[in-house]
Amino acid sequence: MASLDRVKVLVLGDSGVGKSSLVHLLCQNQVLGNPSWTVGCSVDVRVHDYKEGTPEEKTYYIELWDVGGSVGSASSVKSTRAVFYNSVNGIIFVHDLTNKKSSQNLRRWSLEALNRDLVPTGVLVTNGDYDQEQFADNQIPLLVIGTKLDQIHETKRHEVLTRTAFLAEDFNPEEINLDCTNPRYLAAGSSNAVKLSRFFDKIPGFPDRKRFGAGTLKSLHYD
Amino acid sequence: MSFLIDSSIMITSQILFFGFGWLFFMRQLFKDYEIRQYVVQVIFSVTFAFSCTMFELIIFEILGVLNSSSRYFHWKMNLCVILLILVFMVPFYIGYFIVSNIRLLHKQRLLFSCLLWLTFMYFFWKLGDPFPILSPKHGILSIEQLISRVGVIGVTLMALLSGFGAVNCPYTYMSYFLRNVTDTDILALERRLLQTMDMIISKKKRMAMARRTMFQKGEVHNKPSGFWGMIKSVTTSASGSENLTLIQQEVDALEELSRQLFLETADLYATKERIEYSKTFKGKYFNFLGYFFSIYCVWKIFMATINIVFDRVGKTDPVTRGIEITVNYLGIQFDVKFWSQHISFILVGIIIVTSIRGLLITLTKFFYAISSSKSSNVIVLLLAQIMSHFWINSFDLQGMYFVSSVLLIRMSMPLEYRTIITEVLGELQFNFYHRWFDVIFLVSALSSILFLYLAHKQAPEKQMAP
Repeated sequence: MASLDRVKVLVLGDSGVGKSSLVHLLCQNQVLGNPSWTVGCSVDVRVHDYKEGTPEEKTYYIELWDVGGSVGSASSVKSTRAVFYNSVNGIIFVHDLTNKKSSQNLRRWSLEALNRDLVPTGVLVTNGDYDQEQFADNQIPLLVIGTKLDQIHETKRHEVLTRTAFLAEDFNPEEINLDCTNPRYLAAGSSNAVKLSRFFDKIPGFPDRKRFGAGTLKSLHYD
Repeated sequence: MSFLIDSSIMITSQILFFGFGWLFFMRQLFKDYEIRQYVVQVIFSVTFAFSCTMFELIIFEILGVLNSSSRYFHWKMNLCVILLILVFMVPFYIGYFIVSNIRLLHKQRLLFSCLLWLTFMYFFWKLGDPFPILSPKHGILSIEQLISRVGVIGVTLMALLSGFGAVNCPYTYMSYFLRNVTDTDILALERRLLQTMDMIISKKKRMAMARRTMFQKGEVHNKPSGFWGMIKSVTTSASGSENLTLIQQEVDALEELSRQLFLETADLYATKERIEYSKTFKGKYFNFLGYFFSIYCVWKIFMATINIVFDRVGKTDPVTRGIEITVNYLGIQFDVKFWSQHISFILVGIIIVTSIRGLLITLTKFFYAISSSKSSNVIVLLLAQIMSHFWINSFDLQGMYFVSSVLLIRMSMPLEYRTIITEVLGELQFNFYHRWFDVIFLVSALSSILFLYLAHKQAPEKQMAP
């Protein structure tokens, strides 16, 4: 049983992409029956076996913080949300495969969440421009999940799945595409499940599980 | 020949308005969403275009531009098209989109949307019965029938919104109502919020671990369902699942608390921003305006009450009355006709511009507040519907919303300009609309005063609680 410090993973994305369904699926292995709007932040806990199958296996509690809202919210809502971005160990970006704008907005989400650590006063001073330099030092592992795969017709799948390619240049994240109403996408042994546990394993691997800038290692790949 | 020229002018302006509506739709309303159904955008822009054309026709009427018969023709045509869109197309599409969102009825979308539309038409028709708005001379499908019903709906909506706006506007702008918010308040609330989240997390950890051990031991941890399940749960003590349900209830309560704390914190941040804004020049200017506005709103409420109590309907418009007063009491001689034309033009122009701006801003705010990618289509169509109701109905000096009333604007215009409106619309009972507007306006204003008073009182009490 883990009695270590908390492992906190943010789940970010636009309104209505399916973050709450996803978190419910990840933590309770059941499909969420009645999704409704998330006001503020809802948290759920996933029990994760670090390095499963090896002698160093440990059990962790991973907290998934599902923050509601959209990128275009009023600045008062953004300031309130910022309180959840403290000491984050990993981020899951969620976008809707049927909605192009939601994947474009992932950039702004990453700005909002990652820049929080750069400015100690807590006031967002960026002018919204996307500066690749800022993320060169990023050590927080990222995962991109595309939802509502079942609503995309077979023929359009290829075009849709390459939409998030732009994120790969800057972050090199892992990517999963699935349908939150169907638990078989994350069934044990499937490639999605493997990617997911690889992502979760990256997090406790840091020597120093504080905010970015405190660690010295830059390993982004789990080996 | 002149008819052709006039028509081409009208059509050019319509295309311009259409383009403007299209741009507004793309840039503002649907900034964050993908437009999948272009039909919606087209309908919205068309409605916007025709509505603006109606305003344009009023202005032309006052200025005396264009041939009078071509004006008449265009006026009638515009009205027909808008009514067509409003009563036939938009409700049908709203029904269609609502039905396509429901998974069960997906297969027979068309059928169900037709059914929905027929229900809407039935209620729409029934709407006209209790109101004394028709003269029995005209047939079933005449313009008067449709306009009178649309008129009732629109005037009600408009009066409701005006009443609320009349009270809300000074409340928002005047800094007298701003509560004092310090940084320590915000920090304290944030700390409470994070503490609540921590409590939720620790409880959920217990639940997750309990579920895992139960799963490993092979117990079924579903909630007991059905009759036999209930009997069973009485005798056998499934202590694991009992614990879980208890903890789940505690977690639900804590989550509700966390939501409230979040909303309160957001509210405090918003108030703090307003306080900072009020210290700037712009803020002070709006604060000043707010005082004027509040006086104006009080006067309007007062006038509405008087109109109802003394059963009085305004006979002359404010412009002519004002000019009469100046001529009679101040002894200044000037050409009444000349000035009344220009002044009413300016007045109506101001009303139109502020209404356009006000409506677009309100549309945007409203849309952001309630939209999500699923329902955005329906909402835009609803907005188009509301907007066109407003167009065919009146707006008053308050000028916050677009509602061009052929019905009430008639009251603001001097006699000689009323002819075209009266001609086209026949014998609608205008006085009824005036009275109805006053009643609804009064009701709405009073209830929003009550509502805002309660909300204002509640908020500082919440903060005092430890």
